[in-house]
Amino acid sequence: MNKKNVLDIDAIRNDFPVLKRQVHGKQLTYLDSAATTLKPQCVLDAISLHDTIRTANIHRGVHLMAEEATAQYEASREKVRKFIGARLTSEIVFTSGTTHGINIIAQSWGRRFIQSGDEILITHMEHHSNIVPWQMLCNEKGAVLKVAPMNREGELVWEEFEKLLSSKTKLVSVVHTSNALGTVNPIEKIVAAAHERGIPVLIDAAQAMAHTAINVAALDCDFMVFSGHKLFGPTGTGVLYGRHDRLESVPPFFGGGDMIRSVTFEKTTYAPLPMRLEAGTPNITGVVGLGAAIDYIMGHGLEKIAQYESELLRYANQALSKVAGLNFVGTAKNKASVISFTMKDIHPHDLGSLLDNEGVAVRTGHHCAQPVMDYYRIPATARASLAIYNTHQDIDALVFALERAKEIFS
Amino acid sequence: MNQSGNSDANELYQQVILEHNRKPRNFQCMGDCSHSAEGYNPLCGDHIWIYLKIAEEMISDVSFDGQGCAICKASASMMTTAVKGKSVADARILFKEFHAMVLGELKPDSDANTLGRLSIFKGIWQYPSRVKCAALAWHTLSGALDNKESVSTE
Repeated sequence: MNKKNVLDIDAIRNDFPVLKRQVHGKQLTYLDSAATTLKPQCVLDAISLHDTIRTANIHRGVHLMAEEATAQYEASREKVRKFIGARLTSEIVFTSGTTHGINIIAQSWGRRFIQSGDEILITHMEHHSNIVPWQMLCNEKGAVLKVAPMNREGELVWEEFEKLLSSKTKLVSVVHTSNALGTVNPIEKIVAAAHERGIPVLIDAAQAMAHTAINVAALDCDFMVFSGHKLFGPTGTGVLYGRHDRLESVPPFFGGGDMIRSVTFEKTTYAPLPMRLEAGTPNITGVVGLGAAIDYIMGHGLEKIAQYESELLRYANQALSKVAGLNFVGTAKNKASVISFTMKDIHPHDLGSLLDNEGVAVRTGHHCAQPVMDYYRIPATARASLAIYNTHQDIDALVFALERAKEIFS
Repeated sequence: MNQSGNSDANELYQQVILEHNRKPRNFQCMGDCSHSAEGYNPLCGDHIWIYLKIAEEMISDVSFDGQGCAICKASASMMTTAVKGKSVADARILFKEFHAMVLGELKPDSDANTLGRLSIFKGIWQYPSRVKCAALAWHTLSGALDNKESVSTE
């Protein structure tokens, strides 16, 4: 393999200062990137620099710091545009995160276009944030939430999904990569099948952005949402992408400052996109940090990142299948570096505490996907999730900690 | 805990707790109970039922069933052995003391208490995410004594 095509993981690990931290007297092994990714020094620096030398509000002030802050904020928008391959910067709306983005579409677009008897189609493997907003909308409008089933491997049952697409379906809202199972859905196929029938598609890409390249223009999805903190950026930042014609049809979600053209007591006219959907002072510093995070990812290249993570996932699957008593939950053929599992005779929460004591941070619980847990008739799983900074040694540390946990509980 | 964390999972998973988890006492449904309550911790899915036989303000029998983590199960098991044969008033005192202990407000080594073997849970306040696991059985017991049908830790 050409050396240029290989990531220097030691250098990458050095970019993430928190990896030098000890927990319970042990070296930290961070395997919880599906919950939130760590932040590289360049993101920490961008945040700190912004607040140190150019604290100012955006879009209005004429003083130098305000101009600089506006330029930085809008530069992040252009970085996002390039990152996801959108045609226009006006298609990029900054939000507080994935949940916020979905709620804008449910509460604004949905309230305008969804009527009694209409159907919204999701899948069985959605995060609660792609279930609850639609339930709220359906309850209000008398619409129906349809759920496409999955199989034991945690894969979408395509024939059933296709059958559920009907003239009543007004939106398909699907997760790109399941945070609970790691399943990567056939997004291109989903968009094509829905568009054949004239149905718009929203993609929840929260779990995908730091791990795989997505080009919204090529994909031709109608909406896509994701969070900054799952791609090495700050919490409280996120993006709603909407193809221009679709986004134009979304009424304002919040009313307030920054989203208007003119206001009188009689009438308000709204600002053009994207500002129309960004009322109030946004998370300026966070968005600047998000821009730095995108620079970081693009500096390494998502193709190389995906290649590295898929090799790491292969190693992890091999190593974990040798741990007696371990049961994988979610074994889709097309899977991201998210590994959900249970251990015989050890409850996931006990496992979480025992692993933590060995310095290994995993997530335990229902992963905000209770219908997935119900499907497998389990209350919770343990989940190890990988990112660019993880290594074979991290997997070995997990295996070691699992064996320790088994000893304690034997 | 300091920044690097000094607590030790061995404190959380002492032999007594592991043993009660493996072989929980009074672990069965009770068809002819006089009081019962369901306890649920929606955050982690711990889900138990407590059954009591109370006559003349005395707890003559107690049992539990359901599913939960080791901390939850061991705490429920030890709770049943602690309150069996006690008066309702004494059980309520134990609940208050246990609750204060798992929150770190009562230190069993220095504060007066009737906790006895239950003081094995004295270190759990250092693990805020696990306090609810230890407290669920006791909240459910309290609910059963008050004739509440279900108790949630949320």
